Amino acid sequence: MKKLLLATAAGALIAGAAGAEEIKMGISLGLTGPLESIAPPIQKGAETAMKEVSDSGKLLDGSTIVPVVADNTCIDAAASVAAVERLVTAEGVKGIMGGMCSGETIASLEKVGIPNGIVMISPSATSPALSTLDDKGFFFRTSPSDARQGEVMADIVLERGIKSVAVTFTNNDYGKGLADSFANAYKAKGGNVTVVSAHDDGKGDYSAEVAALAAAGGDALVVVGYADQGGAGIIQGSLDTGAFETFVLPDGMVNQALVDKFGAQLETSFGQNPSAEGDGHDKFAELAKAAGFDGTSAFSGEAYDAASLILLAMQAAKSSDPKVYKDKVMEIANAPGEKILPGELAKGLELLAAGTDIDYVGATSVELVEPGESSGVYREVDFKGGKLNVVGFR
Amino acid sequence: MDILNAIVLLLNFVVVPAAAYGAQLALGALGVTLIYGILRFSNFAHGDTMAFGTAMVILVTWGLQAMGISLGPLPTALLALPFGIALTSIFVLGTDRVVYRFYRKKRSEPIILVMASVGVMFVMNGLTRMLPGIGVNEVRFDDGARFLFSVQEFKAWTGLTEGLSLRVSQALTLIVTALCCWALFRFLNRSREGKAMRAYSDNEDLALLSGIDPERVVRLTWIIATALAVTAGTLYGLDKSFKAFNYFQILLPIFAAAIVGGLGNPLGAVAGGFIVAFSEVAITYPWKKVANYLGFEPDGLLQLLSTEYKFAVSFVILIVVLLFRPTGLFRGKSV
Repeated sequence: MKKLLLATAAGALIAGAAGAEEIKMGISLGLTGPLESIAPPIQKGAETAMKEVSDSGKLLDGSTIVPVVADNTCIDAAASVAAVERLVTAEGVKGIMGGMCSGETIASLEKVGIPNGIVMISPSATSPALSTLDDKGFFFRTSPSDARQGEVMADIVLERGIKSVAVTFTNNDYGKGLADSFANAYKAKGGNVTVVSAHDDGKGDYSAEVAALAAAGGDALVVVGYADQGGAGIIQGSLDTGAFETFVLPDGMVNQALVDKFGAQLETSFGQNPSAEGDGHDKFAELAKAAGFDGTSAFSGEAYDAASLILLAMQAAKSSDPKVYKDKVMEIANAPGEKILPGELAKGLELLAAGTDIDYVGATSVELVEPGESSGVYREVDFKGGKLNVVGFR
Repeated sequence: MDILNAIVLLLNFVVVPAAAYGAQLALGALGVTLIYGILRFSNFAHGDTMAFGTAMVILVTWGLQAMGISLGPLPTALLALPFGIALTSIFVLGTDRVVYRFYRKKRSEPIILVMASVGVMFVMNGLTRMLPGIGVNEVRFDDGARFLFSVQEFKAWTGLTEGLSLRVSQALTLIVTALCCWALFRFLNRSREGKAMRAYSDNEDLALLSGIDPERVVRLTWIIATALAVTAGTLYGLDKSFKAFNYFQILLPIFAAAIVGGLGNPLGAVAGGFIVAFSEVAITYPWKKVANYLGFEPDGLLQLLSTEYKFAVSFVILIVVLLFRPTGLFRGKSV
């Protein structure tokens, strides 16, 4: 009996001391599909964090991280479920940085992540539906829900004295979610929404859509779409027919391509997109430059933060078991504690090993609110003088 | 004043866009109907002939622009159009030689030719996407002036609350379409070749007996249909924007237009084009503001069909016409 106890104790000791393991981490992204152009910087962002932790040798007594990449195609939920299934069952990953698009993320989370007890932290899925999903504490995201952007956008529009708007959205989960959350917030704050109608991307002619919006009327047009797709077509049609002159543009529309296309015609238009400011953002851009990719690309910083959060949570929980470390994610992401910026992951790991609390700031000023999503910092922009100007952050 | 506002509103959002769109459909439908009338099959590759031809026009336009040649306020593409037509005609005559002639000699069923044209469609579709600088992207190739008059200018002139704008591309579309129709009808009715084409269309064997060279008629038909297709495609691209896939999509309204008017009847094709375009725009247009100006206070938007279902209008017209008048409004050949 004594021997057995001894053996068990020894076994437990070995298991505990066998910290220097090789931890596999999944990366689930739409490397092919409609957002394939922004996927590589996201992947690089996550891998940069993993490499930083591996090289420090401080995670769980010198464990190393091996990234395993899966292509979830962004639009095909079945393909995404299969890809994540492979990561979990065949590769045995301990956590996943992903998914990328809202619909696919929901599918893979419900079919694979939650049943198998794997933590998934998405850098870029922004659908409000993910806030209400019963994730059993396994899902987080470092990007804010579009419900939050809807609120911010409603505030900006009202502060500019516009009391009545028409809304058009691109016909998908993102467009519908954001348009609805904006319309609800705007109405609750006293604005008047004349119409909320969908437009399809990739058409040649948007005159019928513009005519319908113009008939409904409004002081401005909220275009929840994509700058290189139907969103631009709607703006072109509105300008041609004089239907609207002021456009309210959320994250899918605010970029340089739109400015190049319309220039001074956007004089009175404005909008907002998620963006971090401050030291973390600059530090990450430097790290990215050293690693040979563009750190300012959309959701790249969020990916770095997502991967970092998983690894720091492992350290805080002293275990790479997702069922254990999932409870630590919120703790390390939020105050109180020592602030951790990009490039300081080794310091964070040391502090956690010593039992000190940390407040992970990261590339995007991470602040997680219930149920495990970023509270979100948005920058307000306008287009005065044919340029993209940042007006402020909120 | 309110009546005037209502009229201007209608002109700006319904009449002008629908007229331009209708003219583009009419030119496309004329090509389809000519091929149906004379070669006796529905050419599914017509949409992609438009795409391929427009791509050729764009390439030539870029060449002209690089040489510093322009037409002032008019788009350079107009100058490139004849070259585009010539290049595309050569290609289309090539497809006739390689594909269709074989089945014509065998006197195959029309359905076999239709299926062959689907094959040609896919090949042309792929070829267009492989052209340098064209690909699957949206290409804008309109230069010169954009507006004849803009909404702001119109409001300043008239003092009305509603504005009206007319783009150069819209005016150009209407003028070019009118010229093409006039030339085509004159050609078909007056010239020797036109009469030969009509004779061949009525009865192939009799035409042969009276000394008409069938291969010559076939070649001429292809060239005219191609010229119409490339012109329609270029005008559509100037008015909206060029994207290869969109030309595949407007194949449906084009066929609807040709069938509504009566397949094989050129006059019907033109009328059909405008009927389809005006129905599409009028049925998806919310009439609320117009009603307001006319003194009504409707609760809803007065929109019969949401804009996402625009293409469904073509389908409905097609079904109604086929059910009640299978030969079309202008008595074309039976389908």
